[in-house]
Amino acid sequence: MLTEHAIDHVVLERGEVANSWRHERWDSLRLLTPNCQSRLPGYAYNGADPDGFMTMPEVVAHVAGFAAASSAPVRTHTTVTSVRQIDGGYCVATDSGEIRCRSVVLASGAANIPRVPQVRQAVPQHIECFTAFDYRNAERLPPGGVLVVGASATGVQLADEIQRSGRPVTLSVGEHVRLPRNYRGRDVLWWMETSGVWSQRYDEIDDLERARRLPSPQLVGTPEHATLDLNVLRAAGVEIVGRLGAVRDGRALFSGGLANQFALADLKMSRLLDTFDAWGCNNAHAEVGPAERFEPTHAPASPRLTLDLRSGEIRSIVWATGFRPDYRWLELPVLDRTGELRHDGGLVAGAPGVYAMGLPVLRRRKSTFILGAEDDARDVVGHLVRHLAQTTV
Amino acid sequence: MAQSSVNNGVNVQALLDAREALRNAPAAAEFTWRASCKWKNGTHSQSTVRGFHGLGEEQSHKSEFSFETDHPEVFASEDHGATPVELVLVGLASCLTAGVAAVAQNRGIQLRSVEAKLEGKMNLYGILGIDSDVRNGYDNIKVTFHIDADASKQDIEALVAQSQKRSAVYDIVTNPTNVTVEVVKRDSRG
Repeated sequence: MLTEHAIDHVVLERGEVANSWRHERWDSLRLLTPNCQSRLPGYAYNGADPDGFMTMPEVVAHVAGFAAASSAPVRTHTTVTSVRQIDGGYCVATDSGEIRCRSVVLASGAANIPRVPQVRQAVPQHIECFTAFDYRNAERLPPGGVLVVGASATGVQLADEIQRSGRPVTLSVGEHVRLPRNYRGRDVLWWMETSGVWSQRYDEIDDLERARRLPSPQLVGTPEHATLDLNVLRAAGVEIVGRLGAVRDGRALFSGGLANQFALADLKMSRLLDTFDAWGCNNAHAEVGPAERFEPTHAPASPRLTLDLRSGEIRSIVWATGFRPDYRWLELPVLDRTGELRHDGGLVAGAPGVYAMGLPVLRRRKSTFILGAEDDARDVVGHLVRHLAQTTV
Repeated sequence: MAQSSVNNGVNVQALLDAREALRNAPAAAEFTWRASCKWKNGTHSQSTVRGFHGLGEEQSHKSEFSFETDHPEVFASEDHGATPVELVLVGLASCLTAGVAAVAQNRGIQLRSVEAKLEGKMNLYGILGIDSDVRNGYDNIKVTFHIDADASKQDIEALVAQSQKRSAVYDIVTNPTNVTVEVVKRDSRG
């Protein structure tokens, strides 16, 4: 898009194109979005399985294909070490020299560093800890019980895979987003796109901060198009416990509020399905099945509140507790007290000409999905072009 | 979204304003709540609350509130007041109920009646030291809300779920909390 506006630009990549997809994902991971939604500007999926889910090598090939097709001026193996303000713009220092520019787009993503809660410090030494960054497959975990902390897409996928490996899994569940894989015969993300939910703009959302903090939905991309919610995991033998609140004297203590976490997630899912149904009524031509509702999440009669980490029952912990962005190289006064970037729809506050892309609900609910990049990029580039025009020296 | 015709007696605007004001004043959001307790006799004691700290300065209730606690006669006590474990149920019930009213106001739902019934199950083998595998506190607390309001069943369920999500006492009861107890010896013989 910058090329269309004849704006001289360069894309800096610390490794190879699609680096984090190559190096920071577990072996079995597939995209949550079906292939037909892996659209980038002017570059659609045209393979044989539009409803399938790409494996990581396929994602890498897809992104690399886009980079080649769009002739993006990517400078690989170039690590940015600092970005600071200078007269008339910014100085980007890299491990292979400095670049002076009038505008910077931060597209380093929201998931650079695993976010692990403080309570990890109190975990007994003999328990091996993993995060979604260093977990590769279940066989690399020690034999024996595994505590998976967190029930977003990462947590439920790893809990399922590890349980299948024969290691008994205890899954600690806090606030989560439940979704069926399919609804009324279509992929649930087809509904998100087609019904317009994903296109809802950031300035139309009541509680934007909340929307930006929302955990990723409990989804998995498999050839079977299977739903992976807490009922499925329980049926597979995973023990569900509440949010991990503390580790005290070697004992993990879990919240007794699990039933309400289930109630909240079930209610939110029902509201979303109501939205889809309302859209379905107004779009009778759409080829969808009859409306359906799903079983509520079954709460265990009395979920365990404590787990003795010294007993040998648990041999490893997988922290699936989210990620945070890494802005250590960003030498601009643009972070809030929690280390998050202050921005208005990708326009970074206090740094004219600096923009962000690919952060949660940056400009739309779909901002962090591959197909969400195009609309956001058009808006951000539009602003960038006006900024350059207004500040021409 | 509050509709002007809905009135549950909650000043939602003031709460929303406070939320905005405190967002930019983190120190003012640090509150300290206090209670004092004096032993009377046997299992009977009297607790009072009055002052607390918040918004950067000392605050006070309009008057001092007092609570008698004791144990019932089946515990060979004189039953001057509620048991402390019943007061925990009172705290949970009133916190959740206040939350229901506030959330309903914010969502434009008129409440006509809200009643909560609470049951806490406890096995005395714990506090009596008969079985070390039995905990002292409640095994389980069950709350049943009866709500009459201008809203669908699903919206009412959502009210109660949101109230739990934002309730301080629900959090205190369901999650571990560090408690430190210090002792100061007083010498009345001077």
